[in-house]
Amino acid sequence: MSGLLLKNGTVVDPSQGLHKKLDLLVADGKVVELKENIVADGAEVYDLQNKIVAPGLIDMHVHLREPGQEEKETIKTGSKAAVAGGFTSIACMANTDPPADDVSLIKHIQEVARRHGIVNVLPIGACTIGLRGEFITQIGEMQRFGAVAFSDDGQPIVNAQVLRKVLEYAGMFNSVVISHCEDKTLTNGGSMNESALSTKLGLPGIPSASEATMVARDIEIAKNFGRIHLAHISTKESLDLIRQAKKLGAPITCETAPHYLLLTEEAVGVYNTNAKMSPPLRQEADRQALLAALQDGTIDILATDHAPHTLDDKRVEFNLASFGISGLETALPLLYTHLVQTGLLTLDRLVELMSVNPAKIFALDKGTLRPGAAADITVIDPLLIKKVDKTKFYSKGKNTPFDGWELGGWAAMTIVGGQIKYTPEKGVWLKA
Amino acid sequence: MGIKDLLGLKNLSAKQINLIIQEAFTYKKQFAAPERIKKSLLDKTLLTLFYEPSTRTLTSFNVAAGRLGGRAHNVSVSASSVQKGETLIDTVRNLEVMGFSAVVLRHSHGGAPQLAAENTAMPVINAGDGFNEHPTQALLDIMTMQQFKGDLRNKKVVIVGDIAHSRVARSNIWGLNTLGAQVAVCGPATLIPKGIEDFGVTVEHDLGRALADADFVNVLRMQYERQANQNFIPSKREYHRLFGINEKRLAKAKPDLLVLHPGPINRSVEISTPVADGKQNVILEQVVNGLAIRMAVLNLLIGEKA
Repeated sequence: MSGLLLKNGTVVDPSQGLHKKLDLLVADGKVVELKENIVADGAEVYDLQNKIVAPGLIDMHVHLREPGQEEKETIKTGSKAAVAGGFTSIACMANTDPPADDVSLIKHIQEVARRHGIVNVLPIGACTIGLRGEFITQIGEMQRFGAVAFSDDGQPIVNAQVLRKVLEYAGMFNSVVISHCEDKTLTNGGSMNESALSTKLGLPGIPSASEATMVARDIEIAKNFGRIHLAHISTKESLDLIRQAKKLGAPITCETAPHYLLLTEEAVGVYNTNAKMSPPLRQEADRQALLAALQDGTIDILATDHAPHTLDDKRVEFNLASFGISGLETALPLLYTHLVQTGLLTLDRLVELMSVNPAKIFALDKGTLRPGAAADITVIDPLLIKKVDKTKFYSKGKNTPFDGWELGGWAAMTIVGGQIKYTPEKGVWLKA
Repeated sequence: MGIKDLLGLKNLSAKQINLIIQEAFTYKKQFAAPERIKKSLLDKTLLTLFYEPSTRTLTSFNVAAGRLGGRAHNVSVSASSVQKGETLIDTVRNLEVMGFSAVVLRHSHGGAPQLAAENTAMPVINAGDGFNEHPTQALLDIMTMQQFKGDLRNKKVVIVGDIAHSRVARSNIWGLNTLGAQVAVCGPATLIPKGIEDFGVTVEHDLGRALADADFVNVLRMQYERQANQNFIPSKREYHRLFGINEKRLAKAKPDLLVLHPGPINRSVEISTPVADGKQNVILEQVVNGLAIRMAVLNLLIGEKA
């Protein structure tokens, strides 16, 4: 038989409570078998001794920029970056130009992604037409044609009445709405966290309350009108609200991004625009609160908020630079090195946060290596140690604050639908 | 002086600050016969690149260059062209190859001079960036304070007004801190920047209390149009009542309190006319010292002492 036989790896699959050295057989795009000492004639055999075999990583927060801003990223370059970073599925935000607020765009994104056939691209539809926060989109139609969630990410839905309608309507289809929590009147043109440091640098600040006030509002709205997933949480205050709300059974989930776990506002240094993002990098107390929230389950998933920009978008005055960093190709080794190897998170918990939980929350048929499941697999090599080199990124976005960081735990093999799409030796495997 | 650029006072040592000011005092002594001042900028042309309007600072740099035998070429860029037009880096590089000796940059965004300095071999002199720094203004303020009261250690300086959006306030704070003065800021709570106490600065909202034992008060210009639109203050009238420097206020302060103002002044808003023209003000002395400071900075960065 044909297929792939992954031998001797340590299978870490929290969806089945597995953490064990096992062989894994893949055929016809699916996981066939998972046990010790599999023999399969005709299968390509890979010895994964000392490597970790996990259900494929899912990034629910990616900006692919196509259509409209192809100078920053395309579906193809973003897909390559994803598999190089160990992701088998990426959900792309709707704030393209034009925004993905209609079935035609949802179909288009999937068609382009399928043509390149590198990674599972899961489109997120806009909640409101033109991301303007006024009129709800055809959520039912977009979901029917493949939209996995709905979000106006980049923009909060300011009008609470509109958000209510979006939630009630999306609820009919069991669709999850992702909210970008930001009160722009408090952000007020700010470009970094508001603190003594913003005062010292003479930069306009963004107070933590800009996020937390919207989190509080969204929690109350979710309790009454439907499920909300809160994107890129960055502050202690937000986490306190979320923890409390979850205890009371509010239908909310949330995510944070690697940069909020590993950096603080200090990374802005002397106007380093690669440390400019929205929400902004916060303070050490916030970072510690985020780590605690990962451990106690307040945070449900890790997502990169991959926001590629051109060099020109960043090589300007700090206030004028675009927000965001290129995240797909550094997330896994950053988190592995700085959270797992340091003992802050177990490997199982990391896989839960990056694969099992995203699949569960967004009702994706993924996040598991159970026999019969799609063979989306991420192989991690704890012993592969190398430096982040942004010039080698597949992503067009070289905007990273992590350039030069020495990390371990890089993707050693990324398998999408039973096909190897990436290995460090050969890079991204394109279709023959 | 050991530095290529003058970007701010944040990172200058007391020694560097005093060096500039000593040089400025030396020049000032020669103001009676300016033709005798050594022409240390002969054949040098200064570029002033201003993205925001200026009267005093721009003129002062021009005159300073002239007194040292150099020339200045002024380029003003309208704020609207910043975002759609040429980038700052491109502008600076294009002007650099025309052979200027240094660029004096004023810009509406904090950190712009740093960005320029990282991308040009020309020395960059910050003439005000956003609400980050305005080093030559603070140097001339400090020079003026020293002129009247000598060593500033343990002297109390109160800065009054819109601290949040003031580069003058910030540069004063960094420089005065370094020289051992005590700095207090006084203004409406809406205009005090977050975390300013972390830098050893006292925050006061009661002007009377702030002025009680002050040696100097540096009065900032109230940019009323901007503030009113953003709800920072409700009215000029209320602002003047709470934070305006007038004779009544001075009567309750130390008799030798000196009043500084970076200009341009809004009479009857942040400062009353009797005070602005009165015996305790040193506003015009600041302008004279500003010229000396800019000559000193030019001489130290691109003149014979560079």
